[in-house]
Amino acid sequence: MTGNENPYLPELATVMKVIDETPNIKSFQVVFNDPEKMKNFKFEPGQVGQLSVFGVGESTFVINSPPTRMDYLQFSVMKAGEVTTALHGIYEGDVIGVRAPLGNWFPYQDMKGKNILFVGGGIGLAPLRTLILYMLDNRADYKDITIIYGSRTPPDLCYKDDLKEWEERSDVNLILTVDNEFPGWEKRTGFVPTVLKEEAPKSDNTIAITCGPPIMIKFVLQGLAELKFPEENIITTLEARMKCGIGLCGRCNLGHKYICKDGPVFSLKQLKELPSDE
Amino acid sequence: MADKGYLPKEKIKEFVEALGKDAAVYAPCLEGDTITFRQYTPDKEISLDRPANTPPKGAIYPQCETLLSFEFKKDAATPQKMDVELKANTDFPKAVVFGGRPCDAKGFTVIDRVFVNTDTADPYYKKRRENTTIVTKCCNGPYAGCFCVGVGGGPASREGSDVVMTEVDGGYYLEAVTEKGKAVMSLPIIQDGSSYEAKAKQANEKATGAVRNPFPADARISPELFDSGDFWGRVVEKCVSCGACTFLCPTCYCFNITDEQAITTGERIRSWDSCMFQHFTLETSGHNPRPAKYKRFRNRVGHKFSYYPEKYDGAIACTGCGRCIRYCPVSVDISEIVGYLKDPKADPKQWAADKKDAKN
Repeated sequence: MTGNENPYLPELATVMKVIDETPNIKSFQVVFNDPEKMKNFKFEPGQVGQLSVFGVGESTFVINSPPTRMDYLQFSVMKAGEVTTALHGIYEGDVIGVRAPLGNWFPYQDMKGKNILFVGGGIGLAPLRTLILYMLDNRADYKDITIIYGSRTPPDLCYKDDLKEWEERSDVNLILTVDNEFPGWEKRTGFVPTVLKEEAPKSDNTIAITCGPPIMIKFVLQGLAELKFPEENIITTLEARMKCGIGLCGRCNLGHKYICKDGPVFSLKQLKELPSDE
Repeated sequence: MADKGYLPKEKIKEFVEALGKDAAVYAPCLEGDTITFRQYTPDKEISLDRPANTPPKGAIYPQCETLLSFEFKKDAATPQKMDVELKANTDFPKAVVFGGRPCDAKGFTVIDRVFVNTDTADPYYKKRRENTTIVTKCCNGPYAGCFCVGVGGGPASREGSDVVMTEVDGGYYLEAVTEKGKAVMSLPIIQDGSSYEAKAKQANEKATGAVRNPFPADARISPELFDSGDFWGRVVEKCVSCGACTFLCPTCYCFNITDEQAITTGERIRSWDSCMFQHFTLETSGHNPRPAKYKRFRNRVGHKFSYYPEKYDGAIACTGCGRCIRYCPVSVDISEIVGYLKDPKADPKQWAADKKDAKN
């Protein structure tokens, strides 16, 4: 965004496709109504956007399609509160507002030539998806790619088509898990942090990127520390209640940093330097 | 016209009316026992006797304002399709903030750093700020609770003002601080004030010397002092989370954004919010990064005295106006808390005995 624009004014966009990901998560593929805007739109993997349902409000979601595939921007929404419930009532062809891109992004340039370990849980795969797809579109730049992903039950796994594709690829090591035994599920069971411990990926020349529910992140960070990952090689992306998305409204701060503007992407090293809310 | 002027006391109303010729003037108006900033109209009584109960913050940063309006539209040819039209207005008339105090004027400079001096400036605040002239009355001395000198200000500080007025000899000595201020001084009602300059300087110095400084050195708090949850739990024991401290603060700027809709039209509205409220950070999932009162209070003090200074070259986000102390219903005193944290002899760990209170 440039300084001359009104940062509160959303761009109108049309929902081209709605995908039912899980019983309570939908993905929306949107295109700006102004073709020039769509043509010139630039963003980096990990950046977020504010989606507006006019009359209800705005909420923040990561752009989970990669910048290498610009036919549309994809956002995934778990039905939880007022805005997300209203978004779940949106049909193909409906007009919503989008303020994007906001925030920082994954330091993917610094990850070139390294092994990449993704650890995700539930809808926490959304921000990882944009980076995974970006890396797959630039596959030669990265070494081994491992993805550990889990959800409560098999129907709760997001992006099932992507998972299927990644599973079939020989250059991606995908490990799926669900919390408990489930009829018809023949893959692993167990919480994501436990599976991480069992898999024990090597920390040499490896960047770990994790996102999921706060409790999962907490134990994944512990697990990565036990696997001797240096703090600067552990990357996560945070969320918080946000309103403005531009570092002004004051609610998403960690000390002097604002998750919406200085984040949402932080390394564990950066997070440890900030005052905690403990 | 000179940069130094004089205005007899009885001409204040006339002066305000002259300022109001091409601008909305916000002035401290007497309403019962309360002095509060209102847009001046001739039926109002201006009072410069003491600092107003409220800061003039709302003149530039209204408590509620429309960020944008939207209208749902349909056309007969495609009745299934609903379009949306958006409008945002950042065109505001000229305004004057008259009769605020130096701590009030400085409050705007605290907000400027966040809302204007950034790559994502707030166009509403920015435009109003540009369009507003600030005519400040210097304080004759301290008022209960105030401590401007302790946070780098003073009862005659020029920071944030376009014109400053000092009480002398049955009137006010006026001095232009900025170009905008010079335009005020060119009003015909302003008399030459050169002969009052020395007296005004004396009055300013006397007032400055009389203000308390609750802090031994500077007011900035190091982040390490924030670790003791026990300490913070103890200091906020009596806090009732009413948010008065934040709403009466000349520097607090946190806000909420909400939508309102009636049939096919609606508005997106920005309103002041308060970090002292539990729902301020409450997420839909039920997770709350600051669920306990002491965490919210610690964040408020931390923002003003540690996080903001960290980001803006040591500037403190408190102007020492004393309103949060004067009007707190349970007498929580931020200067006492910061003073304690700044006291080299103080040991926040001594509060550990009160651990049971820390989780309230």
